Amino acid sequence: MSKGPLTGIKVVEYCTGVAGPYCGKLLADMGAEVIKVEKPNGDISRRRGPFFHDIADEDLAIGYLYDNTNKLGVTLNVEEATGRKIFKELIRDADVLLEDRKVGELEALGLGYEDLKKENEGLIYTAITEFGQDGPYRDYKSYNLTMYHASGAGYVLPANSPNADREPIKGGGMVGQRDVGSCALVSVLGAVYWKMMGGTGQFIDISKQEAEMALERMNIVRYYELGKSPTRVKINRLRDTLLRCKDGGYVKVVLHPDKQWRGVVEALGEPEWTHLEMFADHNGREMHFEELTEYLSQESAKYDTDEFFDLIQAKGTACAPVCTAEQVFKSPQSAAREFYVDIDHPKTGVQKYPGLPFKMTEAQPTDMKGAPMRGEHNELIYCERLGYSAQDLAKFRSARII
Amino acid sequence: MKNEALSGIKIADFSWVWAGPYASELLSFLGADVVKIESKKRIDQTRQGSMTMGADFEGYNASPIFNNANLNKRSVSLNLKKPEAVELAKKLVAASDVVLENMRPGVMEKNGLGYEDLKKVKEDIIMVSASGFGSAGPYGHYAGYAPIFAAFGGLANLTGYEGGEPNTMSGVMDLRVGTMTAAAIIAALIYREKTGKGMYIDISSSECISSLVGAELLEYPMNGTSPTRMGNKDEIMAPHNVYRCAGDDRWISIAVGSDQEWKSLKKVMGEPEWAQNEEYDDQHGRWVNQEELDRHISEWTVQYKDYDLMHMLQDEGVAAMPSFCAEQILSDPHMAAREKFIQVEHPILGKKWVMTPPWKMSETPAKIYKASPLLGEHNTEVFGEWVGLSADEVAQYEADEVIF
Repeated sequence: MSKGPLTGIKVVEYCTGVAGPYCGKLLADMGAEVIKVEKPNGDISRRRGPFFHDIADEDLAIGYLYDNTNKLGVTLNVEEATGRKIFKELIRDADVLLEDRKVGELEALGLGYEDLKKENEGLIYTAITEFGQDGPYRDYKSYNLTMYHASGAGYVLPANSPNADREPIKGGGMVGQRDVGSCALVSVLGAVYWKMMGGTGQFIDISKQEAEMALERMNIVRYYELGKSPTRVKINRLRDTLLRCKDGGYVKVVLHPDKQWRGVVEALGEPEWTHLEMFADHNGREMHFEELTEYLSQESAKYDTDEFFDLIQAKGTACAPVCTAEQVFKSPQSAAREFYVDIDHPKTGVQKYPGLPFKMTEAQPTDMKGAPMRGEHNELIYCERLGYSAQDLAKFRSARII
Repeated sequence: MKNEALSGIKIADFSWVWAGPYASELLSFLGADVVKIESKKRIDQTRQGSMTMGADFEGYNASPIFNNANLNKRSVSLNLKKPEAVELAKKLVAASDVVLENMRPGVMEKNGLGYEDLKKVKEDIIMVSASGFGSAGPYGHYAGYAPIFAAFGGLANLTGYEGGEPNTMSGVMDLRVGTMTAAAIIAALIYREKTGKGMYIDISSSECISSLVGAELLEYPMNGTSPTRMGNKDEIMAPHNVYRCAGDDRWISIAVGSDQEWKSLKKVMGEPEWAQNEEYDDQHGRWVNQEELDRHISEWTVQYKDYDLMHMLQDEGVAAMPSFCAEQILSDPHMAAREKFIQVEHPILGKKWVMTPPWKMSETPAKIYKASPLLGEHNTEVFGEWVGLSADEVAQYEADEVIF
């Protein structure tokens, strides 16, 4: 088991995909014991590529491997009465349940908050759904794409578009789902703390749409300041300027506030064009943004990406390469911070995983374990913890309960 | 027991701009008492609303941006250039559970307010520093703004049109860092409760972003490949895109996750002839032909309003949501039912709409109590409560520009 600041906290996760599992992963990475309960056919992310070495094996989906580190994995069919009984037994000992079923689904099975509270008064029942527990859209269907756009976060992307001719887009990869997971984590930990201090269990309602929307809290109410909706067209250009280097790599520079602009100018050795009247102040640079980026591109094209990065940062001015997965992995900063951690797994051997984004002087999380194979810990949990016999387990298996 | 999750937790917040302030704002929603430590000598960038407000800037006590990042908080002002102010800062820390800061690595130490200094005044203090790249390492001293850690962390490279340029999405990055920071702080509070020990937490903003695309980054060490930009496309699902609707810059996102959902989509479209191609009946066939499908679907969606399409498609079990703009969210019936926006009364800005916390908790409801503070608004109150200074003493420090 991993160790960390949350060692001793017990979590049952009945989630699939990315959002709920990522929340569970962060809890587990920080030392909580997370029992992941999967339906007998497994988490949907087991069937979503890419796979380790392109081997289409349900234990080798890279997304699954990442979002489920340090968990104990059991399979359970809660459609069966015995499965439901076992689920309640798991809950009896838990501080937290994370579940991401549709609104009312577990309630209909007799596993809703009121039912489980009878088993465990102090349970923190966390329900992660697409649109929350109530309101007109509560039963609407949604996936990552539609969640992202329903939150208002997609409409303003790609930021700094030249015009609105093309469609808005979602954030890259599964960032939106993991935003939901980290958002949920804050309230779960808050509830755990309160319980430790003498509080009770409680029900937490997380709407994925609203969790993503939380990140847009300023952009959305800016409507009232602007008198219209913020769009993706030509926003933030000077704060967020993209250039290309000699080796073809992209870099970002920040030309606002003035101090940043001055830093870039000095780092480049005060080329003559930087003294042009049209670039004299913020408004000029904004108005002549196209000319400005043309000049800057000519400068950046003289350097390789890392060279340019160091050149600008040497002046204490913000700049960064737009890193690919390879660049993040090979960055000397990742190495110095030991951001990637070794994690062993029976089917992949030791691999380097992106770790937690912080270092703690006490209780720094250690002893990371790979994601469980399907049903890997059935025996451990059902026999050793709950006291079922090997024969019971065989019976459950043949009845497709586990 | 007070029904606030973090009731009694005091936070001395030296952070500014968005990432740190959003972390402490989240903690304040959960009931923590957050005191923002700032100064007229060092005015928070978001108080200088010009970043996005341009010429509308009306002074540092009238910034809607600041208001949104600093709800519920109290403000004291300390000119940390003066030794007396540093001593007062230490006294605030002595009364606190958590210290939060996001200055460049080394600045707090230089001010005599590093972790080692603060541990001496409060042994079990939890101190959290969030910086662009983390406090150590070859880039530890490098400058990091939101677009910088979006780029460096690996998310910008994944965001953008297929074949197009990468996109850093700007300000929301800070809030991603803030969320992770808030989680780390509560984890440390839980640990302190169990062991009596505080800790120092060194947060790298770039790594926060990397964690959020961790599976995508893991492709490199595992397979030697780096994924790239795919617009709205998915690895498996199709149709899976955003389509133009009737009206000005109005769009609907549609994601088809099963053969049944494809049948339902066909039905809503009125069984057009092009859609009867048997190749489209399975997911792989739709995926390889997705551009052709998108072209046809766009011709259909553009005839309807986004909301009408949402109702038509959702009624048949197809995942379809408008790509909402701010105006739509603010007037949306679901948002109204969920009480997503409330008004706070700001002494200068007047009534302002703000977004409510992103969690509904049955026993410890997350709450917005008040608007953001004016600079130094709570000097007398907080230095009285936390440090035991009299109003006269505070006034004297103010006159000496220590509390300033």
